[in-house]
Amino acid sequence: MLRLTLRNLAAHKVRLLMSTLAIVLGVAFLAGVLTFSHGLDRTFSGIISGSTPDAQVRPANSASAAEAAARPGAGSEAMLEPEAIERLRTLPEIARADGVVQGTGLYVLDTEDKLVSSSGAPTLAFNHTGSRNLLGEPMLELEEGSWPKTEKELVLDGATAERAGYRVGDSVTLIAPQGETRRKVTLTGTAAFNGGGTAGAQLLVFSTAGAQNLFTEGKDVYAAVSLTAAPGVSQKELVEAANTVVPDGFEAVTGDKVVAESEDAIGDFLDVISVFLIVFAVIAVIVGAFIIVNTFSILIAQRSRQLALLRALGASRRQVTASVLFEALVMSLIAATIGVLAGWGLAHGLAAAFRQAGLEIASDVLVLTPRTIWISYAVGVLVTLAAALLPSRRAAKVPPVAAMREDTQPPARSTALRTSAGLVLLAAGLGLAAMPRIGIPEISLPGGFEVPTSPALWVGVGAGVSILSVAWISAFLGRPVLAALRTLSELAFGMTGKLAGQNAMRDPRRTGATASALMIGLALVSLIGVLAASMNASVSDVVEEEFKPDLIVQSPTYTPFPASIGDEMEKVEGVATVSRAQVAQAVLGKVDLQNPKKNEPAFLFGVDEHMSRIYDLDALEGSDDVKPGQVLVTEETAKEHKWQLGDRIDLTFRSGRQLQPQISGIIAETQVTGDITVRIEDLVEAKVPREDASLSILLARGADPAVVHERLDKLVADRPVVAVQDKEEFAESIKGQVNQLLYMIYGLLALAIVIAVIGIVNTLGLSVIERTREIGLLRAIGLSRGQLRRMITLESVTIAVLGAVLGLALGVLFGVLLRDALRDDLTSLWVPLDQLAAFLAVAVAVGVLAALVPAIRAGRQDVLKAIATE
Amino acid sequence: MSLTDPAPQDPAQREIAAQAIDVHKTYGKDAAEVRALDGVSLDLYAGEFTAIMGPSGSGKSTLMHCLAALDKPTTGEVVVGGRKLGRLRDRRLTELRRDKIGFVFQAFNLVPTLTAQENILLPLSLARKKPDPGWFDQVIDTVGLRPRLDHKPSELSGGQQQRVACARALASKPDIVFADEPTGNLDSTSAAQVLGFLRHSVDDLGQTIVMVSHDPVAASYCDRVIFLADGRVVDELAKPSREQILAHMADLQSRAMGLAPIGEDA
Ligand SMILES: Nc1ncnc2c1ncn2[C@@H]1O[C@H](COP(=O)(O)OP(=O)(O)OP(=O)(O)O)[C@@H](O)[C@H]1O
Ligand SMILES: [Mg+2]
Repeated sequence: MLRLTLRNLAAHKVRLLMSTLAIVLGVAFLAGVLTFSHGLDRTFSGIISGSTPDAQVRPANSASAAEAAARPGAGSEAMLEPEAIERLRTLPEIARADGVVQGTGLYVLDTEDKLVSSSGAPTLAFNHTGSRNLLGEPMLELEEGSWPKTEKELVLDGATAERAGYRVGDSVTLIAPQGETRRKVTLTGTAAFNGGGTAGAQLLVFSTAGAQNLFTEGKDVYAAVSLTAAPGVSQKELVEAANTVVPDGFEAVTGDKVVAESEDAIGDFLDVISVFLIVFAVIAVIVGAFIIVNTFSILIAQRSRQLALLRALGASRRQVTASVLFEALVMSLIAATIGVLAGWGLAHGLAAAFRQAGLEIASDVLVLTPRTIWISYAVGVLVTLAAALLPSRRAAKVPPVAAMREDTQPPARSTALRTSAGLVLLAAGLGLAAMPRIGIPEISLPGGFEVPTSPALWVGVGAGVSILSVAWISAFLGRPVLAALRTLSELAFGMTGKLAGQNAMRDPRRTGATASALMIGLALVSLIGVLAASMNASVSDVVEEEFKPDLIVQSPTYTPFPASIGDEMEKVEGVATVSRAQVAQAVLGKVDLQNPKKNEPAFLFGVDEHMSRIYDLDALEGSDDVKPGQVLVTEETAKEHKWQLGDRIDLTFRSGRQLQPQISGIIAETQVTGDITVRIEDLVEAKVPREDASLSILLARGADPAVVHERLDKLVADRPVVAVQDKEEFAESIKGQVNQLLYMIYGLLALAIVIAVIGIVNTLGLSVIERTREIGLLRAIGLSRGQLRRMITLESVTIAVLGAVLGLALGVLFGVLLRDALRDDLTSLWVPLDQLAAFLAVAVAVGVLAALVPAIRAGRQDVLKAIATE
Repeated sequence: MSLTDPAPQDPAQREIAAQAIDVHKTYGKDAAEVRALDGVSLDLYAGEFTAIMGPSGSGKSTLMHCLAALDKPTTGEVVVGGRKLGRLRDRRLTELRRDKIGFVFQAFNLVPTLTAQENILLPLSLARKKPDPGWFDQVIDTVGLRPRLDHKPSELSGGQQQRVACARALASKPDIVFADEPTGNLDSTSAAQVLGFLRHSVDDLGQTIVMVSHDPVAASYCDRVIFLADGRVVDELAKPSREQILAHMADLQSRAMGLAPIGEDA
């Protein structure tokens, strides 16, 4: 039996190779994703531990910036005087104490005066001190050049320098947060974190004086201190010693704690990326499983005569099943091996793609861990065996007498049971997905579990169940589609078309399973398409409804900019009104110094007197106007805090000032302003430094918008962080972000579609072999080679279109339901018919492409050989 | 060449439907070389029902395939309907098979997904031609399958399937129909139906048919019987009876067993 199995494997090399490819791709994607997320993890933890000192002195409870705001009397930001550092240095437990100066809001311009794009990872600007990390090594490693010595010198990370087009010795333009905004400094070198890479962060390293010049108005003060322990001193002892001299409002914490905090913070972000990628790997594996089921089914159908002969010669059912499963096992081991290796390559490809996007990942951390290898093999082997199980059971059912029969067709299988079970499942799936519309029941399960109430989750689970059950009974559901397609292709291509349509219908289960692979991919693509289009439509609607000014000025990165810009704009010819908006932080209620965690931070939206004239706020109670000493709150916020119209609320600012504005109106949720809206005058009184988050501009009557736009553009030309946008530009900038994500998802789903193409190639290739004699007959009685190729191509297109029709129908259905579940955020529904048509066109192209090789092979067959085949 | 009966017509006046001129066909090389056809020259006349007979392995099927443009001779020339096949490309050969030649195999003649009627009209639909309704009716009535036209091949008996195959071969009014042991898989009753039909189509519809057969009964339906042995034409009979054929075959058999050939010494 064993030898027979191996013979079979060898005899069907090409056929098996194709189905192996499906597993290879699935496993490769999984291994690639695992390797990549492991590398990402390693990169970040390398950076974190490589850039953390033995201990750190920092503002107490600085873990949350919002909580820092709760420290009255500390000025805008608590700072350490040089004397405090000197005192630390006198302690015997401390080998080094290095003052840290750091800040935000700094940008690098490239050689063409454009902002150097970042992946969303932070820009880290600080001073170089030579401080040591946990391992006693320098935190920063110089890659090239030298460290900055003067105020006018700078070191960048290599990737940023390269992207910006700077070489060591060049003059670099910076946009500073305060003071003189545009500054020129000299690049003296490039550096990286000890531990490799920067993970996409931009490093801007200055001399201490240079950093102070930028961030502390030149004052010799420090934000934090990095401590290095003397030999033999533990982190704990170091912290205890340091705390004896640390000034009020500061605390010393161990390096281990800092590492843990950083890893916590970054871990969530990394998990999101990993889960996101793994979801696509799982989809690829599921699609691959369909192809394996199909290939084995076909191979067994073709081999049924041989299997029957074995049975007639005395092989038991179990032996037949085992031989098929063993074949699957050998195949899956080969495939998983290739897949793991390919996955390693894929991880490097992913890393390269992320590098393009600015997220630097060192390639030496992209290694195959035992865990990755183990999981990949397990998934590859288990999925293949599970997929081969059904066909192997069917193989065992081939009766011995089949060996003597003329027809090699397997006995017709009863599908009624399967169809009805599938329909029940489908109904259950649809029911789940429709639940949010009907109303989610509130049942508590034993053990304290609650039925989840997130509508999106219900729709998601329902969609998953439905898509899989449609795949299961695609033979039944696809029949009317196939019949329609047959009629269509007969109309278009005559007899060739009819033959193709008939062939696709010959074994509906085979056709259905092949189409299902494509269906899953296209269902997800079109579901995402509906959501993205709805998102874009919602953005358009919201912008249409709420974008009232002629122009808006704001930073694409949402960083505040100096109020002087607004002042200048007011003077521009054609500008009638400039309405300012500022965002500030405060603590709600009375500040509890003993228990800083209890303080409730809040973002305040500061506006001026023009705001209520420009925008239509929907006042549910009171007025939509806010005067100094008053506050507008949204309905939601009022409900949460049990605030009533006319109440006074307590606000405590960082400066220590307190305000008690009175609620003048309760407004509906809006994109125009935040939860709590006050007047800028009040913020000024609370000693919040003036700066603007956005400007809303009304034009003078008769002013040409294009001309004014151009004038304002000139005004901010040297401020790349500030953009002037009209309504369309504003909407486009938001949609741009949605579409970027969309393209990424499409890119990942493309893999599922590639696997589906392989499935079609596979099925067609096997069918062509199965129908050798018939094809020979057709050729003998006058089917030309071209017609033969067309027939096979049409069959392929029929399969692909079936997959597309089912997939698009499901995708649109669940896209609509999901949109419905998310209607708070996605206010309008949009079904992108043009995109759906494009997907259908892609499916046709996929069909044509998949038929290429089988059609050429069929055409090459010798007519006589075809007739002579036994 | 012929020693017995004279030809039914004067050979000079008969129209040639297909012709083999010194056709050789060899398979394999050197030691393993097999001469399936070893210099066959042959004229097949329009309006005749010709049988090709001979021992197993004598090259009958090979000759048919070469004549029917399914295979190419190693050397020599085949002419069908006045066209030399040697220089034609696959596309022209396909058209020739579709429009000028009909073919019936021993088995597996029909496309299982199509009905009997669709199978019969298949060559025409592939050429995107309309069937001649009068001709179609005539063929269907001759074949006697009118009530079964909408059935799939799997719903027809073996004999019925072969008759459908014959009807298909005739449907495009080909210049010549080749049939390789069309009754090889049938019992004598079904075989008689198929052969009767072929005879009718020659007599009543004026068709030209060439048939390979082992069966003297089948060959006795024919106007002319050509004998093949070792890839060569060794003899032919005109309008033979079953007994004549049997006698001839026994004669060939004995020659194959080492006796002096009769053909040459005449
Ligand atoms: N593809 C091939 N390769 C090699 N030899 C072949 C091939 N086809 C036929 N032959 C040989 O050519 C000779 C003639 O074969 P052919 O099939 O024409 O015989 P036949 O007269 O039809 O026999 P039968 O009555 O058994 O059908 C045989 O010796 C056969 O072995
Ligand atoms: Mg033969």
